[in-house]
This record gives sequence, C-alpha cells and structure tokens, in this order.
Amino acid sequence: MNSASRRLWRTSPLTYVALVLATLFSIYPFYYMIVIATRSLDSINDVPPPATPGGSFGDNVGRVLDNDAANFLTGLLNSVIVSAVVTVSVVVTGSLAGFAFAKLRFRGRNVLLLAIIVTMMIPTQLGLIPLWGMVQDLNWYDTLYAVTVPFLVSAFGVFMMRQYATQAISDELIEAGRVDGASTFRIYWNIVLPALRPAAAVLGLLTFMETWNSFLWPYAVLTPENPTLQVSLAFLSYAYYTDYSQVFAATAIGTVPLVIVFVLFGRQIIGGIMEGAVKS
Amino acid sequence: MSLSATTTPPSPAAPPPRPPTRRRSRAHTLTRLDLKYSPYLYIAPFFVIFGIFGLYPMLRTAWMSLHNWNLIGDRSFIGLDNYTALVSDEYFWNATMNTFGIFLLATIPQLLIALFLANLLNRTFLRARTLFRMAIFMPNVVSVAAVAIVFGMLFQRDFGVINWLLGFVGVGPVDWDAERWSSWTAIASMVNWRWTGYNTLILLAGMQAIPRDLYEAAALDGASQWKQFWRITLPMLTPTFVFVVILSTIGGLQLFTEPLVFANGNIIGGDQREFQTLAMYMYELGIENLNTAGYGAAVAWAMFLMIAFVSLVNFLLVRRTVK
Repeated sequence: MNSASRRLWRTSPLTYVALVLATLFSIYPFYYMIVIATRSLDSINDVPPPATPGGSFGDNVGRVLDNDAANFLTGLLNSVIVSAVVTVSVVVTGSLAGFAFAKLRFRGRNVLLLAIIVTMMIPTQLGLIPLWGMVQDLNWYDTLYAVTVPFLVSAFGVFMMRQYATQAISDELIEAGRVDGASTFRIYWNIVLPALRPAAAVLGLLTFMETWNSFLWPYAVLTPENPTLQVSLAFLSYAYYTDYSQVFAATAIGTVPLVIVFVLFGRQIIGGIMEGAVKS
Repeated sequence: MSLSATTTPPSPAAPPPRPPTRRRSRAHTLTRLDLKYSPYLYIAPFFVIFGIFGLYPMLRTAWMSLHNWNLIGDRSFIGLDNYTALVSDEYFWNATMNTFGIFLLATIPQLLIALFLANLLNRTFLRARTLFRMAIFMPNVVSVAAVAIVFGMLFQRDFGVINWLLGFVGVGPVDWDAERWSSWTAIASMVNWRWTGYNTLILLAGMQAIPRDLYEAAALDGASQWKQFWRITLPMLTPTFVFVVILSTIGGLQLFTEPLVFANGNIIGGDQREFQTLAMYMYELGIENLNTAGYGAAVAWAMFLMIAFVSLVNFLLVRRTVK
C-alpha cells in the first residue's frame, strides 16, 4: 500500500519548478507593462531593456489625459456605463429564463433550450456585416446603443443559470410557494432569485470582464471621438506607437481594474469556470 | 451536453377546494393563466433580443451573400457569383492560409502545455494550489487589445525584449512583422499566453471528475504514473478535451484583434498581407469598403463552414485516437 500510494500522489520538486515557471510566464507581461508605464520615454530604448519600474507614471498619465485625439476619459466612462448595463441585463434576463427552463413546465421547453445551446456554438462574426447595416438604419452609429442593446442577453447566461437553478432549487420549495398562493413572479423574486445569488455573481463577473474587454464590435461601430476604453487604446497605440510610455500608461489604467476584480473574486471566477466545464 | 439532467417539472399544485364565489374563481383563472403563460414571459426577453440582433443578422448574411450589395447603397441579385469568385480569389486563400497557420501555431502548443499544467495541478498534495491556479489563469483577464499592445512592444525590432534575448544565442534582430513565419509566431504567442491558463483550468476540471479509485486500483496493480496518465487520464478526459478543442477552433478561426493591433490598425495585416486573417478580410470587404458587403458576407459564410467542418473533424479525430 505504501509504495502504491507513493506512486499515486508523488509531488516532486520538479512539479513546483514547472508551476513556478508557468507562473512567471503568466505574470511577466503584467510586470513589463508596469515597468514601461512608469518609465520616462527616453529610457525605453535602453539596451538592455529596462527591468525595474521608474517614477514617471504621473507624467505618462498626464500625457494620456492631455491627448485630445485619444479621448481616453470618455472611453473609460463609456466602458463603465456599457459594462454595467450589459452585466445587469444579462444577469436579470438570464436568471428569469434560466428559472423558467429549470423549474417551470411549458410547451416547447426542451426544443427552445436546445436552440439556446446551439446558438452558443455559432461564431458571433457570422452576423457582423448585416448587424453593422442595422446599426446604420437605426441611427445608432457612434452611439452607446450600438454596443449595448445587442448584448443585453446572452445564451451562455441563460444556460448557466438554468444549470444552476436545476440543482440548487428543490421542486418542493417551489411547490410550497404555489400552495401558499404565490404567483410565479413572487416565487421567482422571493425564492429563486436569492437561491441563484452565487451563480448570478459569477455570471456578472464574467459578463463584466467580457464586455469591458470586447473589441471587434465597438471598433466597428464607434469612432475615436466616442470610443470605449479598448477602442481608445487601439487608436492611441496606432497614432503614438513611438510614445510607448504613454500608450502603456493608458493600457495599465485599463487593465488594473480587472486585475483588482480578479484578485478579489478570482476564486469564485475560477470555480464558476471549472464547474461550467464539467457540467456541459 | 446533458439535457437528461433535467429534473421533472413540478406538477402544478392542485388547487385546494374552494367555495365557488366569484372572486375566488377569478383568482383561480388568474393562477391558471399565470401557470400556463408566464414561462413564456420569462424567456421572451432572451428570444426577442437574440432574434433581432443575433439570429436575424446571421440569416441576412446568407441572403446578402447572394447579392452585389452596398451597405449604404444599391444591391442586385447575382446568385452564387460571390462564391465562385471566392474560389479564385488569391487574397481569400492567403487569408485562409494565414488563419490556419496562426491557428495551428497557437492551438497545438497551447493544448499540450495546458494538458501538462493541468496534470501538475491535479496532484493531491499540492501546496499553494489556489495561488498557482489564479496566476496561470490571470492572462485571460487582460483585454486582447492590451495583450497585443504589450506583446507588440516585446516583439519590437530594435529594443524589444525578445530580440534582446535572442541576441544572446546569436540570432540577429528579427523584424517580426515583416515576414510571414515571424508575424505568425508573434501573433500565436499572444494567443498562447492569453488562453493556456483558461484551457488548463477546463482540463483540470475534467481530470478532477475522474473517479479516484481508478487510479488507486491501477497503482495497486503497479502501473506507473506515466502509464496511469496514458491509460486512465487521457481516455477519461476525452469529452472535456473535445470541448476545449472545439472552443479553441471557434475562437482561433475568428482571430481578429491581435493581428489588427499588431499591424497598427492596417486591416490588410502587413504590407503584403502576411498576416491578414479571414476575419480581417471579411471586415475589409464588408465594413471598410461598404460597397463589397455582399462579397464580405460570402467570406463570413465560408468562415462559418470552415469552423463547422474543422470542429467536426476534430471531434471525430479526438474521439477516435483517444479511444
């Protein structure tokens, strides 16, 4: 038994060496981003390349903010608005539909659920060009409607909430609500929504990060005058690719909020991703 | 995807017998209406918005691809002409080759490393496991645009860190965005960096779902760790692995942001289209030049068919070799 268990569970020092290496690989670009973002411009082309942070972060940020062409603050504000609205909407609509698919009985339920799963597998770029035309027709070009409204619902959100509701809420609980005369909406509001809270939090975090980071669509329908953060970063990097410390300072400002969210809630995010993987 | 996990729907609560007053019976009718129709109300927001902004544009892409279509002008029906034009369009095949080249460079190392790391993270007595998991996943938190900006600098010709390191082994400064192979490598390394950790966690989740007693039995029979990995872990991991491969295919063949930002916003991806991907070509045709939107729609459908085909082939291949 002893030798068998050693075979089974050996964690050799090499395991740690490999994992520490992988960690360094993961972390290094973050560190490098901070280094360049805090350096003055003239130290960027040093050989060997700069390896430690400098003291020019304030200067660099100042250049970003003074840069009229980048509209960085507008981009930051737009990203906060869009990400917040999309997140709330995806969680609310996802929990409503997820509850219905998990706990209510209605005709066509299985077919419609299957449709949702199929849509998760369809590449989003397939509809890109006509959607761009629709945005023109609706007069939404260069407005936040264009980057918000199409993303107010998510098939993944519905599916995730449905999976969670199926196992987290017992049928007896819902039936007890019915016997007490509660309407379906009362049951959703008083019983289902509180029980869904852990999954809703993970869905909200994932949706927020995805919306904050999305690029192709905002890039297609917004202009540099009214960008989201990512679009602003891209235009900044095109136009000022020689002023790396300015571009990196902006990139760092756009990245740090997500890193903070991840450090605070990473455990839940990772748990949610891993759980979702096994269930589907 | 298991739909069979569906619990049996709650049987509608039997209404308790009530005296037949008018008010009661009205409440009763309301309850019945509520039970019967309110589920549709709850799923309606999803289907309405998805129908308008998701499904409709996808179908319209098919319709568009049969036209000579200007997004802000005229259109005329031309049947399958756009598709026959694609067959002899060298830019289309160039973009196809670039997309698949980068896809292979990005996906194969990524999945092998992810498999390796997941296997390490799956050790029972691993210290600091949460820390390692978080560190490895962290790149996925960064936006693709930010990744492309940071890596663009790392791969800078004159003072980038990569060329500086290569100098130690005697490789001269590489002009990364000037050649096909080098630009593919730079772009693939961005994808690898951002997605390896994500796939590691998914594979790890799959590994942890494998029953422990299988390993215990094998260890008692004297099977080495390597043999256990080969004979138990890999076969049991097949469904998860198929899932990861298909996700990587869907994402990898739609590659857009990394090459675009790496090209400083040049939609043709390098002076000679060295790294223009299919998504970039579609964007060039449909959105940069609005008057070729119909042709762009044909590229979109070609892309979709390739993704479906590659996913299917991967699915069959992975299933067969691992079994």
